[in-house]
Amino acid sequence: MKDVIICDEAVIKFAGDSGDGMQLTGTLFSEAAARSGNDLATFPDYPAEIRAPQNTVAGVSGFQVHIGKNKIHTSGDRYDVLVAMNPASLKANLENAKRGATIIVNEDAFDRNALEKSGYTSHPLNDGSLEAYRILKAPISALTREALADTDADIKTKDKSRNMFVLGILLQLFDKELDATRQYLDDKFGKKPLVAHYNRLALEAGYSYAHHAEWITSTIHVNPAQLAAGKYRNVTGNMVTAWGFMAAAERSGRPLFLGSYPITPATDILVELSKYRALGVKTFQAEDEIAGVCSAIGAAFTGSLAITTTSGPGFSLKSEALGLAVITELPLVVVNVQRSGPSTGMPTKSEQSDLYQALFGRNGECPCIVIAASSPADCFYSAYEAAKLALEHMTPVILLSDGYIGNGSQLFKIQKVKDLPPINPPIAQAGDTEYQPYRRDPETLVRQWALPGTPGLLHRIGGLEKTDGKGSVSTDALNHEKMVRFRKEKVERVANHIAQQSVEGDPDGDLLLVSWGGTYGTVHAAAEEMRKKGIPTGHAHFRHIMPLPANTAEIFGKYKKRVVCELNNGQFVNYLRMTHPQFAYEQMNKVQGQPFLVEEIVQKLTDNLNEQK
Amino acid sequence: MKRPDERIPKSDTELGKNDFMSDQMVKWCPGCGNHAILSSVAQVFPKTGYRKENFVVVSGIGCSSRFPYYVDTYGFHGIHGRAAAIASGMKIADPSLSIWVNTGDGDSMAIGGNHFIHAIRRNVDMTVILFNNKIYGLTKGQFSPTTPMGSITKTSPYGTLETPFNPADLVIGAQGTFFARIADNLPKYMTEILEEAALHRGTAIVEVLQNCIIFADKTHAQVTSKEVRDEHQLQLEAGQPLLFGKDKSKGIRLNGLHLEVVEPGKDGVTIDDILVHNPSDPDPTLQMMIAKMTPPLFPMAMGIIRSVEAPTFDRLMEEQIEQQKAVSSVRCVDDVLNSGDIIEI
Repeated sequence: MKDVIICDEAVIKFAGDSGDGMQLTGTLFSEAAARSGNDLATFPDYPAEIRAPQNTVAGVSGFQVHIGKNKIHTSGDRYDVLVAMNPASLKANLENAKRGATIIVNEDAFDRNALEKSGYTSHPLNDGSLEAYRILKAPISALTREALADTDADIKTKDKSRNMFVLGILLQLFDKELDATRQYLDDKFGKKPLVAHYNRLALEAGYSYAHHAEWITSTIHVNPAQLAAGKYRNVTGNMVTAWGFMAAAERSGRPLFLGSYPITPATDILVELSKYRALGVKTFQAEDEIAGVCSAIGAAFTGSLAITTTSGPGFSLKSEALGLAVITELPLVVVNVQRSGPSTGMPTKSEQSDLYQALFGRNGECPCIVIAASSPADCFYSAYEAAKLALEHMTPVILLSDGYIGNGSQLFKIQKVKDLPPINPPIAQAGDTEYQPYRRDPETLVRQWALPGTPGLLHRIGGLEKTDGKGSVSTDALNHEKMVRFRKEKVERVANHIAQQSVEGDPDGDLLLVSWGGTYGTVHAAAEEMRKKGIPTGHAHFRHIMPLPANTAEIFGKYKKRVVCELNNGQFVNYLRMTHPQFAYEQMNKVQGQPFLVEEIVQKLTDNLNEQK
Repeated sequence: MKRPDERIPKSDTELGKNDFMSDQMVKWCPGCGNHAILSSVAQVFPKTGYRKENFVVVSGIGCSSRFPYYVDTYGFHGIHGRAAAIASGMKIADPSLSIWVNTGDGDSMAIGGNHFIHAIRRNVDMTVILFNNKIYGLTKGQFSPTTPMGSITKTSPYGTLETPFNPADLVIGAQGTFFARIADNLPKYMTEILEEAALHRGTAIVEVLQNCIIFADKTHAQVTSKEVRDEHQLQLEAGQPLLFGKDKSKGIRLNGLHLEVVEPGKDGVTIDDILVHNPSDPDPTLQMMIAKMTPPLFPMAMGIIRSVEAPTFDRLMEEQIEQQKAVSSVRCVDDVLNSGDIIEI
């Protein structure tokens, strides 16, 4: 019998060449952990190239999983277990392994050639450099070939199954059952029963190998989480962004139209929505980013819930059309799954550096509602709310997500669509003899949506300035100023229709951590750590950015110090300096294409407080 | 072939041209070819039989793009070059609408070239009127993608250095299913052709040789002026030989891989040697050759050069939705949320 080590949480990193199948291995491990009741968060980290040069550090593809018995907010700072399929993956990831971490290596892959390509000058498994870790060397390539020896699979196919052998080891190591994974493989490769068979053989061989291997002296047991009763699913942010829009379409009774162009890391929203023709979802893969947004604007004019999805560079291309949606006052949601910029930047790396662009990146006085999703599961609610605000306030909404939460996964508590807030677009009724394109609701300043096909509401709108009310083309000076103010105030008044800003942790005190978007989990965990150190700390995480919640100043006033944490050079903090200049702000920024680590935030805050003592 | 779109509701009452004229002051220059196009379109709308509120007129930027304001329908004045993309979204989202795009040579073939060819390739059901005046009019006289090589304009004081597009090349090259060419000074003929275009299933492109009286006056004169019209225009008719000239004495013959002008009855040429126009031939080779004919060596082909049947994107989308509804177990979003690997706690 092996010893069982009981842990509250564990972070596992799967790393290999970009063709080694680490994303699938990590995903399947997460699913198994979820089924055993663990809460979890995941984060894939892969190169932009589909198959970067083998055995190089640049070609390492990784998948990080954080599982636990408590609520898991991040994909974890440092690894308890690292799987390194080759020297390059060891080299690229060792830095973030905890001291004493378990490192499982495929020793067959540590040949001279691979060592050289990865930049090792001595053999890391023999030179004593890994003494601080528990190294589990397994001849994974040889064992997988052996497991498939009785099959007709060629060497290439056998080697491709290595990742399943590793998954078997990990499932054994973490005391997880095999059945559901077997079932998954059968389903996934249903049309290729041989491939399913090979994968199962490798999986079972790995599982059994780890059970019998003497070097695995203990297994790790992470107790199930105390999640609220209900149904859960492990979901990625991009996947539930799509579902949020589908739910909004159903709840509002509007057909769903997506005009989009593939771009990393936003493509998966288009991929997901394309599956649901059965629900009437119309996805239009346009010839370019501009056609993506323009087709959506066309669909919005005719009465659809119109969406366009993109990432930074594509968002730049959509700017002009976004102005058209602002001046025509049509409902439109633009999703920007942010990545590192400027220009092409680092397409597969996450960042929060498009906030200025979302707020200001258009010609003319051109306000848009801006909201940001905070976690993979929250993408569902953010997408739903973005659609609700666009439809009810007749104006474009920019939804900021990012590569980290878009590709990252988390357990999502399944909702009933009927329990979501109702959505009531202001659709003009046939025969309304008083109808005017720019007649406004006096409270919200929202104009009505007159859908083509409706008798009696014929009208013409477009990119030229229009007269208040009647909507004919106008270059009248005072009318223009009036319309500019209407459009601005209409967006500002959205503050009356969104939730008040909430604070987690201490409601007043020394320190308020301020964040927005995909950094929620890390900053939340950092605030918890600060409180454990005895420093009264609150955490205000903003979903609503334009407009800001009405009680923002009230909250800021309750703390001695406000530190704004974000993955850019300080865009939100400068926006706060502009909108709430009565407060002083400190800022914490990271622009490395990687998420914050909890420990680095805590360390910096602690150093900063010590300096000021 | 004229086939009304059965998805568009028909008008209960008989409509006329005046039902479609808006109360807006038309602000095109006196003598501009656009006035004739406006009048012609307003005559064609009622001929389709569609309900008035199901027309949407869409445009980009340029003189032609003011069009939506001058017709009493639903209208959308977009941004430069993007009308085809906006219109595609409209028709795909709501197939019960009759979509009309007004665009210029710069709008559709320079800044909007990409949307233009891809809308055509997808064959989204809409009628596109391409106002080709071979100049940027609204910005006051810069050369456009159809301006003849060597032309002196404000931005080419020593002559342009680039080969112009022939719109037909782009349309047929992009696998267009309908292409017609007309001139702004033959209004009756224009109405006839526009009606055919309106009832074509797919992206119908109608190039109008339109005169910009201010910045490129008489740019089409070699084709359109009364003096040369008979000799320099060949009005195509399906199933009829390609004859032109005052008394139809000249015709077009295929000689090897080239077209040539011949006179039946002379030099042993008979009427049987003359090419017969077949706009519905899926193979566009001859249509392309006909579309490329230009004076002075050839007459310019006018009328419907190509009109073939092909599936339209908007119908295929609807069919796909129906097929998926029939086979899928997913009936609502709750079904989606509750699918996959569910963990119950």
